[in-house]
Amino acid sequence: MYDFSKMTGAIHEWLSSLMPSVLVTTVEWILIGVVFLALFAILGLVLVILERRIAGFFQFRLGPNRVGPQGMFQTVADTVKLLLKELVSTDKVDKFLYNVAPFFVIIAPLMIMAVIPYGLGLTAYDINIGLFFVMAISSIGVIGILLAGWSSNNKYSLIGAMRSGAVIISYELSMGLSSLLAIVLLAGSLNLNDIVMSQEAGWWLFRGHIPAVIAFIIYIITGTAETNRVPFDLTEAESELGAGFHAEYSGIKFAFFFLSEFVNMFIIAALAATIFLGGWLPIHIPGWEGFNNIMDYIPGPIWFFLKTGAIIFLLMWFRWTFPRLRIDQILTLEWKYLLPISLLNLVLMAFVVMMGWVF
Amino acid sequence: MNAIINYFSEVINGGITLLKGMGITGKHFVRAPKEIITQQYPDNRDTLTFGDRFRAQLFMEHNEENQNRCDACQTCETVCPNGSIEVVWHREADPETGKKKKVLDKYVYHLGMCTFCNLCVLACPTEAIKMNKEFETAVYDRSELTKVLNKPGSKFSQDYVDKTIGNK
Repeated sequence: MYDFSKMTGAIHEWLSSLMPSVLVTTVEWILIGVVFLALFAILGLVLVILERRIAGFFQFRLGPNRVGPQGMFQTVADTVKLLLKELVSTDKVDKFLYNVAPFFVIIAPLMIMAVIPYGLGLTAYDINIGLFFVMAISSIGVIGILLAGWSSNNKYSLIGAMRSGAVIISYELSMGLSSLLAIVLLAGSLNLNDIVMSQEAGWWLFRGHIPAVIAFIIYIITGTAETNRVPFDLTEAESELGAGFHAEYSGIKFAFFFLSEFVNMFIIAALAATIFLGGWLPIHIPGWEGFNNIMDYIPGPIWFFLKTGAIIFLLMWFRWTFPRLRIDQILTLEWKYLLPISLLNLVLMAFVVMMGWVF
Repeated sequence: MNAIINYFSEVINGGITLLKGMGITGKHFVRAPKEIITQQYPDNRDTLTFGDRFRAQLFMEHNEENQNRCDACQTCETVCPNGSIEVVWHREADPETGKKKKVLDKYVYHLGMCTFCNLCVLACPTEAIKMNKEFETAVYDRSELTKVLNKPGSKFSQDYVDKTIGNK
């Protein structure tokens, strides 16, 4: 496995030889910021076109295939259109909150992206409370959604925002409390890099057997709800609320909401890949030495994005299969089913770890 | 105890039904590349296929001798709900029998007013008019939507009518 900290260390030394240490830190901050913003934009562009093409295939359609080969540049054209569009706002909007809301929504996924390990030594901000940091920061996105709905001075936006708040706050419970904590019990660490390294002998999804599989299913359900995707998309609910909390936004501000939805999906999938599927570690099958050696030659980031892509495809599959739930059904699902089951699962997992019944 | 069993069987049943749904859409996704139903219209103009009952615009059938089957009876004009058909005619003595008969001058069809209800085609006693499948009807000027369906110099022929509709 190539250690990316050698590469970053070399860049650091080269910069240190050129300028004083204060400047080095500033330059490094800017470099990392640029890299992550670029990754953010590329993810948005790629995921939107992927979603549209895959949706087409699910419905025996083609999807957009006109702009560029296989429609690859459709989203680039859309972005240019959104950048050039006029920013319209209604009368009596709360100007300050209305303008600040898109940034709240976009900052949350950007901050979470910093702690995700993309490869060996390829984490922007390696902290020992990684998973806790993720759970804490992901709540900031809700504030943005609530602000957008409240400041738009539109009753449908407000209904959408309140629904979103209800859904996200309640689903965060079973996500953080139980499904992620179950794996923390196994790995014995909150640091995402340590969680990845603890899976060298095998993915937690398999080594943790029954409780880990239950935790994974609950994580995927709650993750779909966290990102407000179908079947939990009643915050946008096109048929009832128009567009929900971002109904009054146009141009690039609307693009921020749209982009953050897709990047949130990426983050949910990336976390699932990191925690349950071994992150950037290659697939190893015990006993197959030759196979394992070949797999080791494929770089970590490629494994990471492959696993993440598989989870993203699963989320897209959900989207084009399940119908939308009502608000009471969503809250029933969370408080009467997911939360009790995940708490029971946490106890089961603690028992399994205590008895050492882990492969 | 019963309630607990019910609770878990509900959860498991729910999971199974969700998986069934995903199975169906998954099959669709796998089959999709071969069975795409999208018509990429301007590209496939030559191979376009239409349903049997597809109706685009009215036309009048003529044979090689420039004869049509319209005897100017005006049934279509009467039956048209929008008045999009105008039959212009005059009376002329039949050279054989000497009886005066209607003769078609101009069969005017206003495409702009037509709703393609097909009533005129159904009402025509001699099957003179039919609907064709030429659906690209856009023009640059509204006056171009008014069409004369009978070809210049064409004549009514009783033989042509008999040959086409037989002795129904």
